Amino acid sequence: MAEKIATREAYGNALAELGEKYDFVVLDADLAAATKTGIFKKKYPARHFDCGIAEGNMMAVAAGLAAAGKIPFASTFAMFAAGRAYEQIRNAIGYPHLNVKIGATHAGITVGEDGATHQCNEDLALMRTIPGMTIVNPADAVEARAAVEAAILHKGPMYLRFGRFAVPVLYNKESYKFELGRGVNMAEGKDVTIIATGIMVDMALQAAELLKADGVSARVINIHTIKPLDKEIVLDAARATGAIVTAEEHSIIGGLGSAVAEAVGEACPVPVVRVGVEDSYGRSGSVPALLELYGLTPANIVAKAKLALSLKK
Amino acid sequence: MEQAKKQQLAKIANQLRLDIVEEVHAAKSGHPGGSLSIADIITYLYYEEMNVNPQNPADPDRDRFVLSKGHTAPALYAVLAEKGFFPREELVTLRKVDSFLQGHPDMKHTPGVDMTTGSLGLGISAACGMALAAKIDGKNYRTYTIVGDGESEEGQVWEACMFAAHYKLDNFCMILDLNGLQIDGPITEVMNPTPHDQKLAAFGFHVIVADGHDFDAIEAAFAEAKTVKGKPTAIIFNTVKGKGVSFMENQVGWHGSAPNDEQYAQAVAELSKN
Repeated sequence: MAEKIATREAYGNALAELGEKYDFVVLDADLAAATKTGIFKKKYPARHFDCGIAEGNMMAVAAGLAAAGKIPFASTFAMFAAGRAYEQIRNAIGYPHLNVKIGATHAGITVGEDGATHQCNEDLALMRTIPGMTIVNPADAVEARAAVEAAILHKGPMYLRFGRFAVPVLYNKESYKFELGRGVNMAEGKDVTIIATGIMVDMALQAAELLKADGVSARVINIHTIKPLDKEIVLDAARATGAIVTAEEHSIIGGLGSAVAEAVGEACPVPVVRVGVEDSYGRSGSVPALLELYGLTPANIVAKAKLALSLKK
Repeated sequence: MEQAKKQQLAKIANQLRLDIVEEVHAAKSGHPGGSLSIADIITYLYYEEMNVNPQNPADPDRDRFVLSKGHTAPALYAVLAEKGFFPREELVTLRKVDSFLQGHPDMKHTPGVDMTTGSLGLGISAACGMALAAKIDGKNYRTYTIVGDGESEEGQVWEACMFAAHYKLDNFCMILDLNGLQIDGPITEVMNPTPHDQKLAAFGFHVIVADGHDFDAIEAAFAEAKTVKGKPTAIIFNTVKGKGVSFMENQVGWHGSAPNDEQYAQAVAELSKN
């Protein structure tokens, strides 16, 4: 069985590792132990600034740091980054296109027991509406580390989405080439395409195996960069397979599913069926129980893939 | 302060007031009241206090200025034009669709604007970030921000104050424009944010209270601020909203409305006498 690491852990490790090579600073809002920026803080205490429980201030402080030439990573839970501080991100970071990296952890329902107030299923939707915002949702620890380095090298605002729960490592650290804005073909197939992001990429691969057993050939694509969306890989999949299923640990409204449906609808209309949190709030529970309850499973991806196939002309 | 210098600053401030009235009249919208109340303070900042260079607006060692009460952009644009950051002919393009002078300050398109502001409470936080950057980089520049008294009702202003004191930002100077009025009426009636002096002191600031229309007092306040070590300074300037235009002074209605042609002519006539 593959090694399991939470992407937030990979984020903290990446900051600590890359701190030597690059000159950036890290802000947190009293969650350094949970967001894992504490790993960086331990190594570089003079470059880590706790802002206390004041996320709006933290985001605008980050904007000021960037305006003065620094590269700040601002971290808190996705709910309090994209949610609480939406307006600060929009007006102080997005509008002036400042070089701030938002490291949002504990995204989606895999927060688990803390429940709905802390399970942000809306952050991708919120961040997608901000012009010029780059959004990355890594699938595993290797991709998370690569995304952090890409964020440092990219000039402009970026939203990085990390999870609390340990997930399988899919990529080889030595050989994986991460390219911002480019989707990754994970498996070839001709009948249907599963386009997944974040922790759903692993489940999409499992779903493709299940479909194969049923005689369905499924292509699997990992979209780590939600914005700008790799339309080329999406439209190519639409043309080649004629049916698409999207899978994300996020509301089916406004995230990957919406982005794909928008791109496909405007250029190559084919059925797009979305797997995600279906316009509801989360709740407390163990992660496996929640994934099952909200249909974030290989089995549900299989069911939705068959639905997409049935809609195919 | 020498009499000659004082007269020179008063003359510049008066020109800024003429510019403010002209900008807002040309735009047929905008915020004259709070622009006029900070005209003397912003004149002193740009002509006496801050190290800025219109020929090199992005100088990494320059002092920073953030107009946290971004709606009073007409005052900022006036002083930037007078200093030569951009041609003063641009002032009358304020708020027009092809102008780089947006209704609220836009750092991406206006030379000399250090931070995009307008949404109240954000500017002071960003200014804290700039002051922190100076500390991290071991640079000597100072960061100034003007916060509105109405704006001080925003919770984020106090988050920023906590931050400035916590990180001992003695290179940070918060300027509070205490003109007493906001859109819906006197600040004490809408949502009383006073007493600012006691609150800011309790938040860990060195607090100075001064007359924001007296250049001797303004000079003394900024000089004192520079001597403070280990904590940020807040200068509370008592000001008159609409200062310099008789019919706008202390009138809530002039917070965010433009003079018509007749009112504009009267304002210009009054200011031209100075």
